[in-house]
Amino acid sequence: MRWLLPEYIEDILPAEAARIERLRRAILDLFARARYELVIPPLLEYTDSLLTGTGHDLDVRTFKVVDQISGRMMGLRADITPQVARIDAHLLNRKGVTRLCYCGSVLHTRPAGPAATREPIQIGAEIYGHAGVASDLEVQRLLGRALALARVRRPRLGIGHVAVFRALVRAARIGEALEGELFQALQRKDLPELRQLTRKLGAQARNALLLLPELYGGAEVLRVASRRLPGLPAIARALATLRALARACPVPASFDLAELRGYHYHSGVVFDAYCEGVPGAVARGGRYDEVGKAFGRARPATGFSIDLRSLAAAGAHRKGR
Amino acid sequence: MTGIGIALSKGRILEETGPLLARAGLSPREDPERSRKLIIPTARRGVRLVIVRASDTPTYVAHGAADLGIAGKDVLAEHGGEGLYQPLDLGIARCRMMVAVRQGFDYAGAVRQGARLRVATKYLHTTRAFFADKGVHVDLIRLYGSMELAPILGLADAIVDLVSTGKTLKANKLVAVEEIMPVSARLIVNEAALKTRRALLQPLIDGFARAVAP
Repeated sequence: MRWLLPEYIEDILPAEAARIERLRRAILDLFARARYELVIPPLLEYTDSLLTGTGHDLDVRTFKVVDQISGRMMGLRADITPQVARIDAHLLNRKGVTRLCYCGSVLHTRPAGPAATREPIQIGAEIYGHAGVASDLEVQRLLGRALALARVRRPRLGIGHVAVFRALVRAARIGEALEGELFQALQRKDLPELRQLTRKLGAQARNALLLLPELYGGAEVLRVASRRLPGLPAIARALATLRALARACPVPASFDLAELRGYHYHSGVVFDAYCEGVPGAVARGGRYDEVGKAFGRARPATGFSIDLRSLAAAGAHRKGR
Repeated sequence: MTGIGIALSKGRILEETGPLLARAGLSPREDPERSRKLIIPTARRGVRLVIVRASDTPTYVAHGAADLGIAGKDVLAEHGGEGLYQPLDLGIARCRMMVAVRQGFDYAGAVRQGARLRVATKYLHTTRAFFADKGVHVDLIRLYGSMELAPILGLADAIVDLVSTGKTLKANKLVAVEEIMPVSARLIVNEAALKTRRALLQPLIDGFARAVAP
């Protein structure tokens, strides 16, 4: 069977291709109207630059080849976001606020989730050089409008903030090994494991860490959090940001203070978009102020990326009914 | 499909989950051990049990084919738990995952750093990670059952399997030499389902939590 494709790799046939292309144009037009400039980063680059400051996960997800010209290792991008951050930090080198957007295929060595493709089409937008909640809100609004273009059913945003966990870890002087284990347990909302891991911590840190997995739900969660979490300045700032988002979020939102996806490079708000008919998230985003540092220029940064194929499928699902 | 599916396996998990389901108001409308149906309605409208093979439970829930599930910690560790929340230890189906060898086999001598060991198991990932942590090379032999035979017939030096009473080991002249993890059943939840259908799922999760609490 010589025409069989590799696992989790597929041809996109006319009906679906037309849907994806229509949506791609509509979303890029939306970004252009909102004054986001399009960039087209390369499909592959040296792993030295491609994987700088991004963490182990992305390294494992990246296909690698040896460059026959330089003899150096190159990677096929598994995520476009770090490439766009590199463009902002190195090539544009502007002082003020820069808005960039992109669309292209990425490759994953293994499917990122159950039944996911290994070749998602990533479309996204980023704001560099603005640290306030206004830019977080702007990208969430833009995401809300992109979801509306796809006409998905019951879109929802799940919003978290990595600074809450990070502040607790710093305040309790928790070492790197335990931090990693706590992170894993929180991601799984694994309370029995958390109880084990926090046995030897002080009462304040222990109670706060055990509370985090229960802090999910509507905006009422934020009130409980500010009442019951320790009054650290970083936590107060994070909760103030989340309250501002809760007031203005364009899509029905739920909050989850144990949601730490991308903890290694995110620095503030993190969010996922879900809609009915898709088993996983259709878009992910958040603030990652430190990523540019690896390229010699730390700039505030916030944005999101959409999995265009699953978004198009979610919209199609609706029309079928 | 609308409604809520709870994936669980026949046998020990179902047996010991029975009282919990009853206390949570989710008694099956038919006896799953006798019925040949794989989808069984419960006392609560819109909530059904999905009968799967134990090692498949995390797969059904991770793919969103079921919203909730009841799975042993052993199965979850082997699956990796990607896409799943595991908020509640149900405290049932308790046992231990252990390394066992033939009586008289010098296990301590065999697992010195850098040594090499043949291990038969169905828990490939867990076993590989456990011995890698100790710095021991292992050659894994994947078996689906009757692990105890492997050391007796010289197929492997050791096995990794669940031990509850230890009677089967004893009857086959094996001894458990090291514990890998304590095992009990967990309630698992599909991540996306909890985010998009929390109003439906949270009361069920709370119901299980109350049913477990003494």
